[in-house]
Amino acid sequence: MTVVSTSSTNEGPLTPVLTANWADDRSWTLASYAAQGGYQALDKALGMSPDEVITAVKDSGLRGRGGAGFPTGMKWSFIPQDNPNPKYLVVNADESEPGTCKDIPLMMASPHTLVEGVIISSYAIRANRAFIYVRGEVLHVIRRLQAAVAEAYAAGHLGTNIHGSGYDLDLVVHAGAGAYICGEETALLDSLEGRRGQPRLRPPFPAVAGLYASPTVINNAESIASVPSIIENGADWFAGMGTEKSNGFGIFSLSGHVTRPGQYEAPLGITLRQLLDLAGGVREGHELKFWTPGGSSTPLFTAEHLDVPLDFESVGAAGSMLGTRALQIFDETVCVVRAVLRWTEFYKHESCGKCTPCREGTWWLVQVLGRLEKGQGSAEDLDLLLDQCDNILGRAFCALGDGATSPITSSIKYFRDEYLAHLEQGGCPFDPAKSSLFEEVLA
Amino acid sequence: MTVSTGATSGGVEKADLVTLTIDGVEVSVPAGTLVIRAAEQAGIQIPRFCDHPLLAPVGACRQCLVDVPDAGNGRGFPKPQASCTIPVAEGMVVSTVNETATKAQNGIMEFLLINHPLDCPVCDKGGECPLQNQAMSNGRGESRFAESGGIKRTFPKPIHLSPNVLLDRERCIVCQRCTRFSDEIAGDPFIALIERGAQQQIGIAENAPFSSYFSGNTIQICPVGALTSEEYRFRSRPFDLVSTPGVTEHDSSGAAIRVDHRRGKVVRRLAGDDPEVNEEWITDKDRFGFAYLYGADRITYPQIREDGALRPASWLEAFEVAARGLAAAGGTGVLPGGRLTLEDARAYAAFARETLGTEDVDFRARPLSAEEVPFLDEHVRGTGLGVTYADLESAPVVVLAGLEPEDEAGTIFLRLRKSVRAGRTRVVALSPFTTRGLGKLSATVVPTAPGDEAAALSSLLGHADHGLDSRAVILVGERLATSPGALAAAADLAAKSGARLAWVPRRAGDRGAVEAGLLPGVGGRDADEIVRAVLSGEIGGLVVGGVDPDDTGDPAAFRAALDAAAFVVSLELRETDVTRAADVVLPVAAITDKAGTFVSWEGRERSFPQIFHNPQALTDARVLRGIADELGALGSRGLDTPSLVPREGYSTSDRVGNRLGGRAASASERLGGRVASASERIETPASERPFKLATWRLLLDNGALQQGDKALAATARPPVARLSAASIERLGTTVTVTGDRGSVTVPAEVADIADDVVWLPTSSTGRGLLADVASPGSRVEVTGA
Repeated sequence: MTVVSTSSTNEGPLTPVLTANWADDRSWTLASYAAQGGYQALDKALGMSPDEVITAVKDSGLRGRGGAGFPTGMKWSFIPQDNPNPKYLVVNADESEPGTCKDIPLMMASPHTLVEGVIISSYAIRANRAFIYVRGEVLHVIRRLQAAVAEAYAAGHLGTNIHGSGYDLDLVVHAGAGAYICGEETALLDSLEGRRGQPRLRPPFPAVAGLYASPTVINNAESIASVPSIIENGADWFAGMGTEKSNGFGIFSLSGHVTRPGQYEAPLGITLRQLLDLAGGVREGHELKFWTPGGSSTPLFTAEHLDVPLDFESVGAAGSMLGTRALQIFDETVCVVRAVLRWTEFYKHESCGKCTPCREGTWWLVQVLGRLEKGQGSAEDLDLLLDQCDNILGRAFCALGDGATSPITSSIKYFRDEYLAHLEQGGCPFDPAKSSLFEEVLA
Repeated sequence: MTVSTGATSGGVEKADLVTLTIDGVEVSVPAGTLVIRAAEQAGIQIPRFCDHPLLAPVGACRQCLVDVPDAGNGRGFPKPQASCTIPVAEGMVVSTVNETATKAQNGIMEFLLINHPLDCPVCDKGGECPLQNQAMSNGRGESRFAESGGIKRTFPKPIHLSPNVLLDRERCIVCQRCTRFSDEIAGDPFIALIERGAQQQIGIAENAPFSSYFSGNTIQICPVGALTSEEYRFRSRPFDLVSTPGVTEHDSSGAAIRVDHRRGKVVRRLAGDDPEVNEEWITDKDRFGFAYLYGADRITYPQIREDGALRPASWLEAFEVAARGLAAAGGTGVLPGGRLTLEDARAYAAFARETLGTEDVDFRARPLSAEEVPFLDEHVRGTGLGVTYADLESAPVVVLAGLEPEDEAGTIFLRLRKSVRAGRTRVVALSPFTTRGLGKLSATVVPTAPGDEAAALSSLLGHADHGLDSRAVILVGERLATSPGALAAAADLAAKSGARLAWVPRRAGDRGAVEAGLLPGVGGRDADEIVRAVLSGEIGGLVVGGVDPDDTGDPAAFRAALDAAAFVVSLELRETDVTRAADVVLPVAAITDKAGTFVSWEGRERSFPQIFHNPQALTDARVLRGIADELGALGSRGLDTPSLVPREGYSTSDRVGNRLGGRAASASERLGGRVASASERIETPASERPFKLATWRLLLDNGALQQGDKALAATARPPVARLSAASIERLGTTVTVTGDRGSVTVPAEVADIADDVVWLPTSSTGRGLLADVASPGSRVEVTGA
């Protein structure tokens, strides 16, 4: 993983907050984090009432960074405080979306940012137990996070009577077991409870009956990690960044055919053109062909969308979703059919199997796409694909099925001719080696 | 057009009704009703697979998608909605047939079929298959998947989930009905989803088969042919079967069943749908226990003993020989057993009292006591429909005494569990230990050693936290009879607390036998006394119905009486130790060959029709009539036997019942001069036999009516002794239990049982505990083996 950090200075449009300390020496340690003023926001929060913290987050306009963009403060206020059950905070750090790499570098480089966010957020919703559900494959991150939690306990940031406030919190770092579906919040809760990770029927919503049938807030790791800065600098500071309805900053992860891939933290509303400038442009000697604005589950964009502001509203209006701001850049050497097939294989592999359209639909989509890539089939197969997608989109139990259709429908929309070219040539017209970033393959 | 919801809205205030429009039909349903249910009220069938009205909604199959252009707030849902998961709203507009809904439903059906083997022509479910039917109504004629060269996912053909239930994973559409049933209804979550995506399948844990008493229900609710039973698979096609409604003969539940038969033979049995009784569930015993009908030991013709051996005889000859023998026997005892229909029971009562002129009649083929008779007289007979299944669901507290519901009354168990899970009912159980069934009921267990039930029942009064009041229900099992004073204590508890009392016998005919008066009358002998009277030569004749000697209080004595009797007439279905000793053997009609009525534990009359017209099969009543006619011809007693003819429209307070009504007092009087047989046991010093023996029958055991189905038997729980941890620590994990009749050696498992109590299943080893070890409640020795 390359963290081409934005750490150096506040250059250009970048707003390094979460990423500000990533390049520091041993940035993941408590000492390093504290030297940057870490855990001071916690003191400030503990000096406020829980409701004041919720109001601050509400006023900041922070919206969920996991993709859906639901207002975080509003989610917190849904917790029924008259419910006799314990309240829980669950952090969704099961980052598994193809192309998405923001939470994992964040937890790797500065786990204490997240831990401090967890404490403040738990305090706000009056939870005495919180969980961070981390993708199981990233063992190094889990270890780093566990070490950070241990440090925080030792320093009195976790445990009983935190900072002398009388507030108690226990934080558990829980490793997933390798299922993309567990990033879906209710599947995550089932998995956390030790069950098979499959989405739950809603209602009841987690705010009413979530973990162990108790009121539960589930937030994305980046959302929670943003909370200390809001408390520290104020809601207005945060709301002053970004666009009218998409406030604040976010981590934009650039990957693929880009000169300097990495995490770029910038206000929402920045464009890919600006980001590519910061990242040194598309791979040298090549040009942008297509890109994902928010991971593989969001419909593809092309070069014509370079100036779409990357905020929730503008991306939506342009026919895609901001998602997790996972900007996968593909240049003209990439066969879109091949890329879409790979993604579709991913969804087939990760479909949990609960509902029919996702389980059976992805099984079939892969077969049709696979034949198209080999130049078999006919032009009617494109209509078949679109009809299959229509029968999945909006019919599946959760968003996984919807996501599986996004790359297919958007790629046919923009690159129908390329699909047909496969049929005309009886195979893929591209040389896969040319799209490789590895020197030895190119040589 | 307005469709009201009929029965379901009966008790609902108008204000609680929600009115919506489905396909242009206005429907009013109670708030909270799911759209798919509301549509049913309007006569609109939405295709569905995972949905089941008795299971919690899951929304997995997505087949029931409908278009909701107005959710009741003026705005529609942008996407089709699963009608099995969304509740109705006032003013909601739903279309199940417009273009959006139709496209959605057809799309799901196409997906369901891509990995389905489409092997309907060789599938057991073909012809009654929701997938097949709905593929016809909502699917396309040609497969685009096949046309596009699709390759199906395949699995090796069927795997055993249990010895009895097989799974064909290719046919499975993972609707989760089976897993949800096992989890939500039966409480046996031994099957679960494993793997994911198209590889997702139903699975079991290694070495943990799907051994649930209720596993057969999953086969019935499977909407495809994925689950099959060892006993029925490949035996028939649904459209070749004739279905006749029936009532289970295995227990006193009165559970409705459906008997499917072909060419004069029962091929399978299914749960009937009776919301008041068994809802849609039955136990595996009710479902699979019918192979006994076709055993090689079925008696198909009358036999008489000649020169020491039985030989075939005509009915007329057999009747005549029986009549002559009984006339000459010098006093006859009548032991009809507990499996009779009410009609046959009444014939027995009339035969004993009017034809033979004896009060020596007792249906109880089990350990019994004299104090039971006045209890049955006062609290059971003639009380009509008493506590019902619905009452179990509305009772805040249900007390169980002498009754392990999962083993002894599976249908009651399921209803109790439903109510417990809904948070309506708390179960308080007097039990020697927390059984698996009581655990699944989250029961409050009052640890009770055998014989201590009376004290335990009395102690419940003092506990305010048990909340016994007029809404509470006390269920007493038949085996409480042998616990001194327990039945009286239960009645006392009911009287003082106002709680309602119900007696739950084990056999299907028990309650009917009580109603018909098959108990010793004034001056009459009970079953144990009849045995002793035969042994002492006081009486010489025996008329025995469906009684297994090993079920009786003293099997050795019973066998000796069979040998000692001057003349034994046996009315039986199959060869038994009774028929082998009898002088005349008269085959009687099996449950399938006659119409009749069982009276369930509720007091509910459960009539069932005749399935097969088998001229060879005579009912017990007809056989008794034949003997009575011959006795009449001999000039003997009992010329007038009108009540031997089964009548229509009898009631439980008919002539026989009324006549016996005067018996209660005298039976109670008798009690004063007699000692309860349970306390007649020779007391052995506690030091020699330090353990008290607790026992009841497991649902699946060596019972006579379960024989012949190996797959069913293989799902029975293995016989183990239950001992306290301290006892096992001392004795090891294999123990020998020795009583006054012999001993048995079984594995031992730890239970939260008293140190001086050992529990064994009654009829799962050898010839059963009563024959091999000791009688229930007596003292036994337990040693390490």
